[in-house]
Amino acid sequence: MYAQMIKSEASNEDPAKLEAFQARIDAGEKIEPRDWMPEGYRKTLIRQIGQHAHSEVVGQLPEGNWITRAPTLERKAILLAKVQDEAGHGLYLYSAAETLGVSRDELIELLHEGKMKYSSIFNYPTLNWADIGAVGWLVDGAAIVNQVALQRTSYGPYSRAMVRICKEESFHARQGYDAIRAMAFGTPAQKRQAQDALDRLWFPALMMFGPSDAESVHSEQSMAWKIKVKSNDELRQQFVDQTIPQIEYLGLDLPDPGITWNEDRGHYDFSEPDWSEFFNVIKGNGPCNVDRMADRKAAWDDGAWVRDGLLAHARKKQAANLAAE
Amino acid sequence: MTRDEALFEFLLRMGDNTLILGHRVSEWCGHSPVLEEDIALANTALDMIGQTQLWLGLAGEVEGKGRSADDLAFRRDAWDFRNVLLCELPNGDFGQTLMRQFLYDAWSLGMLDRLKTSSEARVAEIAEKALKEVTYHLERSGDTVIGLGDGTEESHTRMQKALDYLWPYVGEMFEKDKVDEVMIAAGIAPDPADLRPRYDETVSRVFAEATLTIPDGSYVHKGGRTGRMHTEHLGHLLTSMQWLQRAYPGAAW
Ligand SMILES: [Fe+2]
Ligand SMILES: [Fe+2]
Ligand SMILES: [Fe+2]
Repeated sequence: MYAQMIKSEASNEDPAKLEAFQARIDAGEKIEPRDWMPEGYRKTLIRQIGQHAHSEVVGQLPEGNWITRAPTLERKAILLAKVQDEAGHGLYLYSAAETLGVSRDELIELLHEGKMKYSSIFNYPTLNWADIGAVGWLVDGAAIVNQVALQRTSYGPYSRAMVRICKEESFHARQGYDAIRAMAFGTPAQKRQAQDALDRLWFPALMMFGPSDAESVHSEQSMAWKIKVKSNDELRQQFVDQTIPQIEYLGLDLPDPGITWNEDRGHYDFSEPDWSEFFNVIKGNGPCNVDRMADRKAAWDDGAWVRDGLLAHARKKQAANLAAE
Repeated sequence: MTRDEALFEFLLRMGDNTLILGHRVSEWCGHSPVLEEDIALANTALDMIGQTQLWLGLAGEVEGKGRSADDLAFRRDAWDFRNVLLCELPNGDFGQTLMRQFLYDAWSLGMLDRLKTSSEARVAEIAEKALKEVTYHLERSGDTVIGLGDGTEESHTRMQKALDYLWPYVGEMFEKDKVDEVMIAAGIAPDPADLRPRYDETVSRVFAEATLTIPDGSYVHKGGRTGRMHTEHLGHLLTSMQWLQRAYPGAAW
């Protein structure tokens, strides 16, 4: 998902406190910033929310890649509004992480040092205009499946951020679908672009949910703490089930010959993504990892004089106000 | 030149300014110094593209040849664009982008404020809506120019350099030609020169607080709003902006 492979920390705290904490979670109570929480819970959440925030921010890049080439004023405006929303999501999520005692700047530094990650999906390129439709439809679509579940997460600020963000993500998914629909029903050249985007982004979208739970060592504790609410496989299946009828409606070829309706399960069967590719992307070998990080670091470094300048001015003003009192 | 021919030209000038500058601002996406600025720049670009839809939409209507706002934006070549040169200049660093925005916003606010009472109702209506957005843009770009001008030594130097580079392009916004004369006579738009005192007052106030100095010299670069001579930069901007429409003519997006 936007948060993948989150390692959860074991806790060595007072068993009575841990037990009381677990009881609150089991009773469906929300944990708030001032409440006692196990260190492991705090650290796991910082990792998860931080990674989610970084994903929103880095996610501006593949979409920004097409803002200057959007084919109509309307599509350009829609894309600008979407990217603006994503930056806003980054902002709420960093604020949610800050309630756990870590600053936005610290998190950004960890990202730039390669000590924190962002979703693997944003290490794939956007190569034709249909990719912008496909990103909204598939990537925001997959994000929603995960985030709707996360609205029930145990940490109050995270859960509330998810409620707010999900509304906007659904809007993005609908607009993305509308953009790719215009192409799937357009000229043969446009349809070819739509098919190309679907074929390239399908498996990377499935990888967003993370590897199968059988291999995911960190899931159990996170599930118990309701930092994670549904399993990776459950969420992936839900996404596949909702997306295949949409592909059929568009009249595009299915991106995986393994897709078939399984009457017994009441779900679609589908092929596993190539997990060795996923692990490569996570390790930094995806098609865009190096460029994405170089872009973000350059933005941060080139902007240092701006942040310093504005801060210096704010301090001068504050000093002048104090002197005037 | 008939009233409608002049009005068409005037509307192109308004719409091309917002289109080209909005496009420039949108180039920042994901690359600004801080997340709040990514949001603010996207929002500014979005507002300007929205204004473009209105100005160029009306231009097409006035022209009466069935051209839509998109046709005008994506299917004209550089010499048919009517934006002032200031809008097409490259982003440079963040300081140059915000200085350019401030110099434009201050003009835009004064212009829209007068267009609100235009004798042409459709113009007045667009101005009324755009004015709300531009009021906010000016507040933001003005504050940033002040913050960076009166920030550190480095930020001050960069802002002064940006102002030195951009100032010679300011004068074009106050030029007057045949089109303006027809607009003034019809009560559609003000005499551009009339906007100058308020403009000078705004920029002087901001630059004083920003500890920046307007450079000496009265030379004015112009040729954009008449289409006589754009900069080399415009062609490159159009190359990417118009690419899909040019590569796949007749496709609907
Ligand atoms: Fe917005
Ligand atoms: Fe988002
Ligand atoms: Fe989104």
